[in-house]
Amino acid sequence: MASDSNSSESQRIAQQRLRIIAGHLQKHKDDDSGTIATECKAEANKGTVPRKRQEIMKWNGWGYSDSKFLFNKKGQAEFTGKRYRLSGMVLPSLQDWFENTFGASVNHKSPATPALNASAVPPASLNEAFVEDLKATGIPFSHEAEDRVFRAHGHCLHEIFALREGKKFERVPDMVVWPNCHNDVVKIVELACKHNVCLIPYGGGTSVTSALECPPEETRCIVSLDTSQMNRILWIDEKNLVAHVEAGIIGQDLERLLNESGYCTGHEPDSMEFSSLGGWVATRASGMKKNVYGNIEDLVIHLKVVTPRGVIEKSCQGPRMSTGPDIHHFILGSEGTLGVVTEVTMKIRPIPEYQKYGSVVFPNFEAGVACLREVAKQRCAPASIRLMDNEQFQFGKSSFKTLPFHLCKGIYIFKGFDPHQLVVATLLFEGDRERVLQHEKQVYDIAATFGGLAAGEDNGQRGYILTFVIAYLRDLGMDYYVVAESFETSVPWDRVLDLCRNVKERINRECKERGVQFQPLTSCRVTQTYDAGACVYFYFAFNYRGLADPVHTYERVEHAAREEILANGGSLSHHHGVGKLRKEWMKESISSLGVGMLQSVKDYVDPDNIFGNRNLL
Amino acid sequence: SVSSSFPFSLLDPMLKRDCFEDILEERRNSSDLKYALRCYAPVLYKGVTPCKANMLKNIVLQSDQLHYVINQVSQESGEAPDIIQEEASVILEEMAHRLQISTVRCFAFALSKAFKTLFQHVCVNEEGIQRLQQAIQEHPVVLLPSHRSYMDFLLMSYILYTYDLALPVIAAGMDFMGMKFVGEMLRMSGAFFIRRSFGGDKLYWAVFSEYVKTMLRNGFAPIEFFLEGTRSRTCKSLTPKLGLLNIVIEPFFKGEVFDVNLVPVSISYERILEESLYARELLGVPKPKESTSGLLKARRILSEDYGSIHVYFGQPVSVRSLAQGKVNRSTYNLFPRHIPRKPMEETQSFVNDTAYRIVRLQEDNMVLKPWVLMASLLLQNLEGLELSVLTEQTVWLRGLALSYAAFLDWPDQAPTAKVVSSSLALHRGLACVSGDRVSLVVGEPLGPVTPEEALFNRAVSVLSCASYRNQVLHVFLRPAMLAVAMLHLSDEVYNCFSFLWDMFSNDFILCPGDTVQDFEEACYLLVKTGAVQMPQQDIVMTDIGQPTLSFFNGLLEPFLQGYQVVCRYLCEEASEGLTEKQYIPAVRSFAVKLILAGNLRCYEVLSSDMQKNALAALLRMDAVRKVKVADQVTLIVNKMAVNSIDDILGKNRMISHINQTPISPSLSLVAVAEDLYRDGLTPSYIR
Repeated sequence: MASDSNSSESQRIAQQRLRIIAGHLQKHKDDDSGTIATECKAEANKGTVPRKRQEIMKWNGWGYSDSKFLFNKKGQAEFTGKRYRLSGMVLPSLQDWFENTFGASVNHKSPATPALNASAVPPASLNEAFVEDLKATGIPFSHEAEDRVFRAHGHCLHEIFALREGKKFERVPDMVVWPNCHNDVVKIVELACKHNVCLIPYGGGTSVTSALECPPEETRCIVSLDTSQMNRILWIDEKNLVAHVEAGIIGQDLERLLNESGYCTGHEPDSMEFSSLGGWVATRASGMKKNVYGNIEDLVIHLKVVTPRGVIEKSCQGPRMSTGPDIHHFILGSEGTLGVVTEVTMKIRPIPEYQKYGSVVFPNFEAGVACLREVAKQRCAPASIRLMDNEQFQFGKSSFKTLPFHLCKGIYIFKGFDPHQLVVATLLFEGDRERVLQHEKQVYDIAATFGGLAAGEDNGQRGYILTFVIAYLRDLGMDYYVVAESFETSVPWDRVLDLCRNVKERINRECKERGVQFQPLTSCRVTQTYDAGACVYFYFAFNYRGLADPVHTYERVEHAAREEILANGGSLSHHHGVGKLRKEWMKESISSLGVGMLQSVKDYVDPDNIFGNRNLL
Repeated sequence: SVSSSFPFSLLDPMLKRDCFEDILEERRNSSDLKYALRCYAPVLYKGVTPCKANMLKNIVLQSDQLHYVINQVSQESGEAPDIIQEEASVILEEMAHRLQISTVRCFAFALSKAFKTLFQHVCVNEEGIQRLQQAIQEHPVVLLPSHRSYMDFLLMSYILYTYDLALPVIAAGMDFMGMKFVGEMLRMSGAFFIRRSFGGDKLYWAVFSEYVKTMLRNGFAPIEFFLEGTRSRTCKSLTPKLGLLNIVIEPFFKGEVFDVNLVPVSISYERILEESLYARELLGVPKPKESTSGLLKARRILSEDYGSIHVYFGQPVSVRSLAQGKVNRSTYNLFPRHIPRKPMEETQSFVNDTAYRIVRLQEDNMVLKPWVLMASLLLQNLEGLELSVLTEQTVWLRGLALSYAAFLDWPDQAPTAKVVSSSLALHRGLACVSGDRVSLVVGEPLGPVTPEEALFNRAVSVLSCASYRNQVLHVFLRPAMLAVAMLHLSDEVYNCFSFLWDMFSNDFILCPGDTVQDFEEACYLLVKTGAVQMPQQDIVMTDIGQPTLSFFNGLLEPFLQGYQVVCRYLCEEASEGLTEKQYIPAVRSFAVKLILAGNLRCYEVLSSDMQKNALAALLRMDAVRKVKVADQVTLIVNKMAVNSIDDILGKNRMISHINQTPISPSLSLVAVAEDLYRDGLTPSYIR
């Protein structure tokens, strides 16, 4: 009896304490004036991306349907649409550059198939029981061919080339679902486990690692889980400067919405118009302005991830923890193999008071790299600092030559420099005005010691304008027998020059050996600086006339280029990820023990391989 | 199908060698002065501007690599870094070339005159020159000529100047520096000088390797050095030295250059200027210290006819392609590149393998004159042969050599008798015709001579003659070893072959690990010429194969005998505390005794080269060990092991019956061959 009364007493006390704690929590949530909370599903969808992506985006190329480069009747290049600063403009000298660089001609067209041939799409093999249960949840889904094909690819060259050629995809998702919030995802994942359905998360679709490709050997029903409708900012915490955001939001919406409240994340990958927050987490994305704001792993405070084993999240938002290996790092870079990132709490910053572009011309690439290295050493990198090689300088020069907004005049004053050697660094400073100006001076002073000459704000700005339209250029090239792709790596400082030179040379040689008839364009730029190294980005394009299988040729060359990168001390990837494109090098990169560690996490979290995109491992 | 696995042009049916052009022809028809003063504007690697010698020194002295070692040495020695830096600067000063075009022009003029007097032709394969020109523009180039004469590097620069190619910088031994004036002249024509040994000297090594690498990385000039390390006194290729090759290959592994092209160059002399000098040197007359006056005395040679020189620039070998799949460059990713590091095992074996392959490529493109074949025959008939027999056998041997893809320069238009007689005329110092008998010339005795002196004189002509036979050995080596294995040695043929292969791998260029491949090549070649048949797993000599196998056996006989004499000496005569220094004179006097007693007819064993190689083989096979006692290196002989090696070498052979009347080798050979043939050969020849 005594023990009974004892136990009921202790229960009573415990319950009371729970009530008090719950009260605190309640109060915290309701009363905190710094928090702007948004109820799930309460608001109408404010996002840019509709469920039917093909309504506004190209089904077989980059970006918006209304924006593209073309050569008009006079043979002059134009950029259509109204969305970009370049939109509606004529770029008269682009044709010369294009024809001279690639040996291409505006008279030799290689047009794309005009529309998707729905009958060439493999029929959907649906898991009826799953569909039944899904219907009951009310979560929207589709098994229309257009929707399925749109989610069967990213933006690798071979993927876009196949779409343009109207080639049949071996395997595409059997259906697409559009969860609206975290709980929808929980339900979908539960049903997928219950019915043994394969799930492939889909964010912005900008992958360039074959990560979205369906494994051809997958016999189960494949469901593409499109997160695009989970695009709300749930709350903003101004005291801690964090925002809690649904992971399907795309970069441009996130920035726009935060800007409305006076904030930004500062995370600006080149794909930010289309790529999603969840995708950034899943691939370890890096933004242009990481020097100020950090890369995605620096920005993430808290993650909510739905896995076949349940939901993973941490219990608090402490800014740093020593609680064993950081479980966020199992998720960051997991490339959709473990689950779906549904909500992210990430750092935000007040919109900077002042922004200033800048540019510096160096006599050659070596001097430019030496300067960036020094800037990194002194830890005074601007928000963004990028060094373009001479090939990119030549391109920039020609594409902007006679533009009305006269961005280029500065360059030509530097008589002392060899125009076939000189390179340009573009800069972006952010902060309060006084500090920006101070910072600017510091950087220009360093540049001067390496023979760098300030080349004006306009030249800097146009470099960044090009960033967003450059992806559209590939589609133009493909209209005229030119294939192009980019790839990246990170490398210690002392190896940057050697790596750039050797990779370019390797590409040129491989092209020659593989029968490419025209000199390829190989170009690189240093896009990020770190204490111990840099991120290097390569562009590679060639005229494929005369080649039987240009995509295969291209892939062999890229493969060789990657081997060269690895042999020269470069990493497998700085921010694009591994996907299926670079899986073969994972063991070499992180050791077989490392692969085993990742595999054991996968085996624990997803024993039935529900997240079966087969990336990474 | 067998041949497809061989890496060398040797067996390539498509083998086509370039044609030669005589560069002296133009020199005989136009002004040497104009030639020396003509416009010289070579194209460099990727169009770099040539680097002034002083600037080069500065780059080296300021390099991270050197700074690292300077600090390291400073810490170890307690000396201030400035002082070490100063030392480095002095080393560099002593080492560095001071290439000046004016000096090269002087040489161009003087050499034109000299070459026209000494040689009939200086022939160069112009296609090779074109390939080289292309290579120089695309990659850092390393020129790797064979080394038979002092002439080699002057000749190389002369040719490159002639064809308006970038002049090389040449690694030369410090001994040249003894010749004050000439040393400086060579320096100004592109030579840089390295000490012969600097084993433990970190600073020296750092300066040296950084100096070479700086030139290579920037492509300032092609780098030239001799893989063989020194002039071959025997005209056999020497086993390669790896130090410099390691240095020039490393920048590729570290990603500092995209590729390095190695260009093997084969320089073949019809008559070598140093011919009898080498023979004397091998017999124990010490090498004269290089001195200017010595070189001037060499003027005597200007009155002689030295025939032709052929210089063949081989296909550039891309280090990148060679290393593909063999060396994982990313293993260099985890260590700072400016810190010197011993090459990894994988790299070491790659460099070693590459070195051997390059030397084999040099061998492949060595031009052989008819005399080389005649010398091989004469050496097997020291008593001399009838001219008609010699002619007949030379023609036979020519056929054999050609079917083994030897690079034979045989004047096609001339009748055979003419070819033979003009060869004999050119080499009248070595062979003479009296009546219709051809025999080796033995130095005329001036007054009375001791038996030792007579023996010595005979040995000089045998060794001189052997230096010509040696030139053809690489063509016949593998089938010859197989022939010996078949004829002399019992047990399984492959095991015997493998034993010989291992035994002789200091004397000949046998790429490490290629035993099986070489064996297959040997089988293929012998089958190809009908000397053997291979029904199923057997190797059987054919009726028509007898002369071939017998010739091959005779070809290697001096080596087998020589090694056996060494074994005998070590087992029977060597005293307990035999030092390394005593070894050569002791073996020599042992052999002299045997020859004088009429128990040995092999003079080649008197060659210090063979003695050294035999010792190296025994050391490698653990039959002899070196022990360092005080300042002396003592040789500890494992008599059991040496004895058993002797046994294998000597089975059924003359040397094992040392006290009996020697039989002529070819007779004993036939007897043994018949024995073996009757008994049949062991079917499975591969372990």
